[in-house]
Amino acid sequence: MASEFRLILKHADQPGYTPDMECYMRHGGYEQLKKAFATPARDLADGKKQSPQEVVRDEVLKSGLRGRGGAGFSAGLKWSFVDRKSGKPIYLICNADESEPGTFKDRQIIHKDPHQLIEGMIISCWANDVKLAYIYIRGEMPHGAKLLNKALAEARAKNFLGKNILGTGYDLEIHVHRGAGAYICGEETGLIESLEGKRAYPRIKPPYFPAVLGLYMCPTIVNNVETLCHVKHIVAMGASEYAKLGTPNNTGTRIVSLSGDVKRPGYYEIEVGKATLGEIINDPAFGGGLRDGRKLKAIIPGGSSSKVLKAGEVFKLKRKGADGQMTAVDVPLLDLPYDFDSLQQAGTMSGSSAIIVIDDSRDIVDCLANLSEFYAHES
Amino acid sequence: MTFSVPAILEAEIDELITHYPVKRSASLMLLHAIQEHFGHVSREAIEWVALKLGLQPINIYELVTFYPMFRQEPLGKTHIKVCRTLSCALAGSGVLRDHFCKKLGLDSHKHGAQTTPDGKFTVEFVECLADCGNAPVVMVNEDLATKVTASQADQIMSKGRAN
Ligand SMILES: Cc1cc2nc3c(=O)[nH]c(=O)nc-3n(C[C@H](O)[C@H](O)[C@H](O)COP(=O)(O)O)c2cc1C
Ligand code: SF4
Ligand code: FES
Repeated sequence: MASEFRLILKHADQPGYTPDMECYMRHGGYEQLKKAFATPARDLADGKKQSPQEVVRDEVLKSGLRGRGGAGFSAGLKWSFVDRKSGKPIYLICNADESEPGTFKDRQIIHKDPHQLIEGMIISCWANDVKLAYIYIRGEMPHGAKLLNKALAEARAKNFLGKNILGTGYDLEIHVHRGAGAYICGEETGLIESLEGKRAYPRIKPPYFPAVLGLYMCPTIVNNVETLCHVKHIVAMGASEYAKLGTPNNTGTRIVSLSGDVKRPGYYEIEVGKATLGEIINDPAFGGGLRDGRKLKAIIPGGSSSKVLKAGEVFKLKRKGADGQMTAVDVPLLDLPYDFDSLQQAGTMSGSSAIIVIDDSRDIVDCLANLSEFYAHES
Repeated sequence: MTFSVPAILEAEIDELITHYPVKRSASLMLLHAIQEHFGHVSREAIEWVALKLGLQPINIYELVTFYPMFRQEPLGKTHIKVCRTLSCALAGSGVLRDHFCKKLGLDSHKHGAQTTPDGKFTVEFVECLADCGNAPVVMVNEDLATKVTASQADQIMSKGRAN
């Protein structure tokens, strides 16, 4: 029986939990920032030395953390691509555009626990020698932008931001930047154009890999809200403990946005791969099944850009057998573990982890037409 | 009519510009500040922002036309955005928009934003508002209304009429 595992949303929905600094501090807030700052340098087996920042970057890599914004790319690997030799400033942008239809997870963090995001961001910025960072929040979240601005002001007042943070000599400023209602701003190069004050036309990569030529043609890290929150927990737990959450190559937790034809739509945080699509849709602790008398027709498993899966489909997944050999096994749709790799092997993706359920009362052509209209609008 | 920006707003704008190493980056934030104050972004406002940032008016104009949230004409006092994307559509947002249109005397067959002749309401369909678990979702000015029923829609409209 699968159940929720709340790491990122541990406090968010507790009665009385509020998005202000005092409440966050009462719940151990900014302790992981202090812990990160106090990271000792590390001697490696080959005689090389790792600086405290390199140690934290290495921990993020070893934790197996993969981006929660859509592509599921290793966060540590992305950070390792950053051009640190150019002499140019390095920027970090938190992608809070939350524009993939069906997705409403970052909204929960921003509105209920903004300091968790800010702490994760400060640690990530420090580890990457970033001195100026932005939170790019979608235009249709005006209250979220206000909450973040208030939280940033509180963090400045406590010297978690600003000059010489907590006496470490490290300077960092974070600002909120509001989008204005264009879906393509969620794509990272479009987002960078938008932050430069231009139309959000995506740049062609190569050569515009943000890690090398990003904001103002400087090395730039773009990470999703949820991804940056996980960094705080990696510091708290250490990479190897963190990597025990979830499943191999699909570590940690993930907030799933469930909507459409289920009894209990909502957001559910799971250990990645520890719940199946069927469990998320049908278990009483999750979606609670379809409405009475209805049968499943199709699932959009990872935001509206992911390939639609039809009820009854069976997929060939590679699994390690008892003898250690990889074999192909048949896995029916509802038994697909909800993780990055299984969905990819099923020919689709977990994307922004937004599941939209469609029942047998719906015309699938209408549903797909609705989504194509979205893409027509937004192109 | 001359366009003038009150001192408090200009101070806010000057502060926003300091957030960026390159002034042009402040464009969207300035347009938001202007639109929040004046209700829309006029030609004069575009020129003012361009001058403020040391840009050509076309640089700002092309943003106002690209980003759907900016508008060059004043809209209704109560701006109702009904989400039309799939999860909301499955929860009846089409019927909901028709309901708003019918009660406000607007043509539900027309596409795009429509404003009532008295200038009290603007109704439009928008894309996913990122709260799909609470479908159907409607944004009323800056606030989100969730799991909106016909009677809640009626309440939104009576509040708007009193405005
Ligand atoms: C069309 C399009 C829309 C996207 N929208 C979002 C979004 O709203 N939020 C987000 O975090 N990532 C979005 N992404 C993914 C980003 O380009 C980028 O991969 C992500 O922000 C990187 O962060 P991560 O590695 O932490 O996931 C989108 C990608 C595409 C192609
Ligand atoms: S037109 Fe379509 S494919 Fe091209 S940038 Fe816009 S959304 Fe992407
Ligand atoms: S589909 Fe309406 S809020 Fe996402």
